[in-house]
Amino acid sequence: MTQQRTILALAIVGAFALPLAADAQQEHSHETPTPPRVSWSFAGPFGHYDQAQLQRGFKVYREVCSNCHSLSLLHFRNLADPGGLGYSEAQAKTIAAEYKIKDGPNDQGEMFERPGRLADAFPKPFENDAAAKAVTGGALPPDMSVLAKARGYERGFPLFIFDIFTQYNEEGPDYIAALIQGYREKPADMKIPENAHYNIYFPGQMIGMPPPLQNGQVTYDDGSPATVAQYAQDVAAFLMWAAEPHLDARKRIGFQVMVFLIIFAGLLYFTKKKIWKEVELHPEMLEKKS
Amino acid sequence: MSGHATYQPQSRFMQWMERRLPIGGLVYSSFVAYPTPRNLNYWWTFGGILSFMLGVQIVTGIILAMHYTPHVDYAFNSVETIMRDVNYGWLLRYLHANGAAMFFLAVYVHIFRGMYYGSYKEPREVLWILGVIIYLLMMATGFMGYVLPWGQMSFWAATVITNLFSAIPGVGEPIVTWLWGGYAVGNPTLNRFYSLHYLLPFVIAGVVVLHIWALHMVGQNNPTGVEPKKDTDTVAFTPYATIKDTFMMIVFCIVFAWFVFYLPNYLGHPDNYIPANPGVTPTHIVPEWYYLPFYAILRAIPNKLLGVCALGASIAVLAFLPWLDTSRVRSARYRPLYRQFFWLFVAVCLLLGYLGSQPPEGGYVIAARICTVYYFAHFLIVLPLLGLFETPKPVPNSITESVLHGDVPLGASAPPPAKA
Repeated sequence: MTQQRTILALAIVGAFALPLAADAQQEHSHETPTPPRVSWSFAGPFGHYDQAQLQRGFKVYREVCSNCHSLSLLHFRNLADPGGLGYSEAQAKTIAAEYKIKDGPNDQGEMFERPGRLADAFPKPFENDAAAKAVTGGALPPDMSVLAKARGYERGFPLFIFDIFTQYNEEGPDYIAALIQGYREKPADMKIPENAHYNIYFPGQMIGMPPPLQNGQVTYDDGSPATVAQYAQDVAAFLMWAAEPHLDARKRIGFQVMVFLIIFAGLLYFTKKKIWKEVELHPEMLEKKS
Repeated sequence: MSGHATYQPQSRFMQWMERRLPIGGLVYSSFVAYPTPRNLNYWWTFGGILSFMLGVQIVTGIILAMHYTPHVDYAFNSVETIMRDVNYGWLLRYLHANGAAMFFLAVYVHIFRGMYYGSYKEPREVLWILGVIIYLLMMATGFMGYVLPWGQMSFWAATVITNLFSAIPGVGEPIVTWLWGGYAVGNPTLNRFYSLHYLLPFVIAGVVVLHIWALHMVGQNNPTGVEPKKDTDTVAFTPYATIKDTFMMIVFCIVFAWFVFYLPNYLGHPDNYIPANPGVTPTHIVPEWYYLPFYAILRAIPNKLLGVCALGASIAVLAFLPWLDTSRVRSARYRPLYRQFFWLFVAVCLLLGYLGSQPPEGGYVIAARICTVYYFAHFLIVLPLLGLFETPKPVPNSITESVLHGDVPLGASAPPPAKA
């Protein structure tokens, strides 16, 4: 009875909400297309980062993105963290030493430059936001530390309900990968200001960032294709790791917790059944007792 | 109804203690011998789940507070430090953030259960009002907690919500300045929100004690809505309710863990991973999901002051529920019409939630207005009239009778329904 009522209620909600949702989707569909879904290695309950992909993505960041985008919350030591790029401490040290870090003041009260160390954060490409805007022509390149979690797109009804069960949580990297490949010829009737570029995935379609990557721009050591599509996915995966460095541990522990909770719940259920058996099967016994 | 047994301290120490501080007896009478209706269903386990969630929030919150810096320049990065460098900091923060959502999920089930079975009716009015106060405190606490990471949504939610007070005629502006501790949302605002966010959970814990005290005074309601009359109507809290509550608590933890470990940011908004920037307004400012129905009510009304009044009234009206519902029958089980209206009300609340998440334009506003009118009509028109015009089904004479012979009282003309 109650179940039927619940279904009825849900149907009423659905009847109200569906046409509205359809309206909303139509309204937005000719503005911004939905980023295509990439099959990420880190998606799903057993997801984990692909070390080689993170290393490739890091190479793209280092050679291209880092010219404008900071990664201020990451430190060189993170490159050797478990569940990440898989570099050894020695390799991370070598990479750090390739950077020049501003330090000081020294005994003479002067600032100086020295090779990077594991404890250093990734250096910023610009002294401050104003300097960045002066170079880019007005647009501020966002810090990339949590970018993959700070971007996304509306899933809409009823997809957002399905996402709970399918565990789809990768809107951020999907959007970033799509954006990098989203540059097109602008429509003839569209006016775009100087320093802006037409990108179908960017809200409003006008983005300050010029197309950042071209085929063959970054040379991969592992034989992966040197294409924009490959770069886009690799750097999006790298940014997801940068934003969520403990994802591997989270999903691994999550599985252990789930197994424990389900077994525990099962045991409690049978304990409960045993305890309540007397009351439920022989309710009259209690009556006699009193 | 004195319960199933009295406390007899076993050990010498507890006997010694009992003559000085009878805490053993208190615990025994409250959580062991306390008589609980034997016919409670699983919807009654959410009170225990809520106590558990309050505990989870306080424990994780205290540890997070050891690592968090309440300053506009450092708050965002200190949260990220927790996520990256504090041992299991990511787990603590995700538990706390999703724990708040689960807390609200559980409280909504708890409130709707109370509405369905008429748990607010005489003599449980004070118990119900204490519950409404707890819910209000939860809303304040959750809102201030959401501000602490100092992301874009934190900042703009704080701006929008505090600005609501500016609608008060005459003294609105000074009140907002006073709330902010300045002329805009800034460091003093963050500091006081942090202070209050730490304080209010303990106030909640205090009101929870009153809530449980009032509960133990009047006893639990049950699916029949008929008060327990004899010992066979009840079973002892331990082991019967304890094991049932624990089982459901663990089932609830499975849902909780699903979000924490697999969808930790699903219930949040991506914009809150962008550091707060007073110069950039997000395209859509939306609160956390658990405030969305009220946000829809606020925006449904074109006049700001009236919108704020409607928002306040939508929560305040809950406190008057015991007197707005005129029916003498408690449980919706025996109220065929009320049962339909109850589910319609649930549907309207869910729809209001969806509308609150959408931009306030076109059909969404119209739908939100219709739902807002219905929300208030449910309390102010439907419930008072229903009690007068509805013919309730026959109510069983006792809980035991309902359990033994189905829901129809002995001697009633209708044939007893087959027991499931």
